[in-house]
Amino acid sequence: MGPFAVRLRVPFAPLVDSLQLLYADYPVLEDEALVDLHVGLGPPNPLRRRVKPIVRFTIDARAPFPDSPAAHALPTLEWGINWGIATRANHLLMLHCAAIERDGQAVLFPAWPGHGKSTLCTALVHSGWRLLSDEFGLVRPEDGAILPIPRLIPLKNESIEVIRSFAPEAYIGPSFYGTRKGTVAHVRPPAESVERQGEVARPGWLVFPRWVKDAPLTLEPMPKAQSFLMVATNAFNYPVLGETAFRLVGDMVRTCECFSLTYSDLDEAVTALDRLTRGAHG
Amino acid sequence: MGEASEQAARARRLLLGALTAPGELPGLPLADWDLLLRVARRTRLLGRIEADLAAAGLLGAVPERAGHHLRAARNVVAHRHTLTTWEIDRILWGLEGVDVRPILLKGIAYAMAGLPPARGRLFADVDLMVPEARIEEVEKTLLGRGWFRKALDPYDERYYRVWSHEIPPLRHRERETEIDIHHTILPRTSRLKPDPALLFAAARPLAALAAPSGAGPAQPQGAEPRTLSADPRLQVLAPADMVLHSLVHLFLEGDPQDGLRMRDLVDAHDLLRHFGAEPEFWGSLVPRARELGLTRPLYYGLRYARRILGTEVPHAVRAAAKKAAPPPPVRALMDRLVPLALFPEHPDFPRRRAARARLLVYVRSHWLRMPPLLLARHLGYKAWLRVRRVPRKTELTRLELKQ
Repeated sequence: MGPFAVRLRVPFAPLVDSLQLLYADYPVLEDEALVDLHVGLGPPNPLRRRVKPIVRFTIDARAPFPDSPAAHALPTLEWGINWGIATRANHLLMLHCAAIERDGQAVLFPAWPGHGKSTLCTALVHSGWRLLSDEFGLVRPEDGAILPIPRLIPLKNESIEVIRSFAPEAYIGPSFYGTRKGTVAHVRPPAESVERQGEVARPGWLVFPRWVKDAPLTLEPMPKAQSFLMVATNAFNYPVLGETAFRLVGDMVRTCECFSLTYSDLDEAVTALDRLTRGAHG
Repeated sequence: MGEASEQAARARRLLLGALTAPGELPGLPLADWDLLLRVARRTRLLGRIEADLAAAGLLGAVPERAGHHLRAARNVVAHRHTLTTWEIDRILWGLEGVDVRPILLKGIAYAMAGLPPARGRLFADVDLMVPEARIEEVEKTLLGRGWFRKALDPYDERYYRVWSHEIPPLRHRERETEIDIHHTILPRTSRLKPDPALLFAAARPLAALAAPSGAGPAQPQGAEPRTLSADPRLQVLAPADMVLHSLVHLFLEGDPQDGLRMRDLVDAHDLLRHFGAEPEFWGSLVPRARELGLTRPLYYGLRYARRILGTEVPHAVRAAAKKAAPPPPVRALMDRLVPLALFPEHPDFPRRRAARARLLVYVRSHWLRMPPLLLARHLGYKAWLRVRRVPRKTELTRLELKQ
């Protein structure tokens, strides 16, 4: 998955089936000797049958979280892998943002939960953009490049139907009801995004999106100082990288065009972003 | 059983190799790096390995993917170092006007004194010791200046107040670093009862010890840490006491899952090597252990540091420490249990034997920490919590530090 080699051990048949569909495009590492994350998901005790079956997420054979209902196996695994990356990949600056790319230039969408970053990101990657990431803006400290990490995109609640009608071609996995975040369904990243996951991108735009019901579309420049604060305070590990993080975010904000986006209609938002990015780079 | 033992031996060989001969790491095959990174992370020694490789100028010679993990560990260690030294700075501010000279313990002491075990050492909390008579005043003052106590259930509260050697941890409301304030180095209920007054009497000003350049990990910029280290209020344990405390920590603070902490043995090894360069150190070690009633942990510590990490200990010191050796059958049992409990297993091939050794060592440490009736009550209470499925309190942000 992107820069990380992940070994999955899933002794749990129902999950294997959905993984085979949703991860169909990912390369299988046959002889990768050094793996970054050793994760597993399965029943804690295969011999014991329970009235309510549960599954346990493990990383390096230890369970960092309480067990989950077996029905939520996939969201649990996805969330666990994200947690593993977020706590371990401290050699990179990890921003909390979605990221897409066209012509080598990335648009980063730093956003807080509920601001519609996943929905917008899904719409864009089904409108000619390449998915870099839905969750992690991985910034390489050496040169500030954005490392792609295309993972399944978890859509929540109403967003699932919104995307079904916006992009009927999108492959969406089964819906999981009653998770911590309500109903969740995962979008499979477009095959091309997964094939090109080794190609880094330069940050070109920082767009702070916010979905507001019935709001007219606005796309306004955001002051650089405010952009800096919003990126820095919303990162996974900004304090851990200290001065390096300060420099990286500073460079990024300086070179990027920064905008805040308020929208209610996905088509309008996609068109506006298309115009913005084409206008600037010809 | 065959494969599990082979894999455990492999994990042991890799970790030991990385600790004692980091110069050979660049030649390691990728599959070995994979296992080494996993066991080093589990024993919290990843940062240490990175620091040794960096000091030898060998970071460029390790596989790229392994280098990422090492770099990540270095960044976390440097960040914790910044947070914990800042916490000390704030504590000194908080204690202005209070006539007390706290002794820094363990990680924060090594880091601020620039001692060898500080390199790459990951520690989450700040450990301090103040005289018991002053602890209430210190706690009250800090509580009045922005620190707070985590809500504890009555059992835990009582555990700390009545039986423990520290008060419940404090935390400033704007920061995440916990401070543990001790009044001695072992629980009140413990069979070993070193007199804390002796520890305070022998304590050294930090300023006298702090190396100007600092062997610690990635000093924060500017002269700030040095001026902080020069604060006349900060103290550290005397060299022999510091070694003894690291061994007390190793042999009396087990964890049923992790067993004995290899990192504590590494600390002791580093301290022995560092202080052992001063001629008077070795002569004072055993007499001091006798004074504090800690000859048994010293005997074990010297024995296993020597056997496992090859620590050099003068013959005369070994002979003197041997007087505190347990009866031969106990020693034989410990010789079997200690390495099993100390070395991490291959995560994918856990052995029941090692789990049992860890449990036994854990029970032993509790046995020494509490009288039998109290121990039965304490373990009974903990078991009762498990039966009732009361979840173990975990905080995700702190969990990360255990990675």
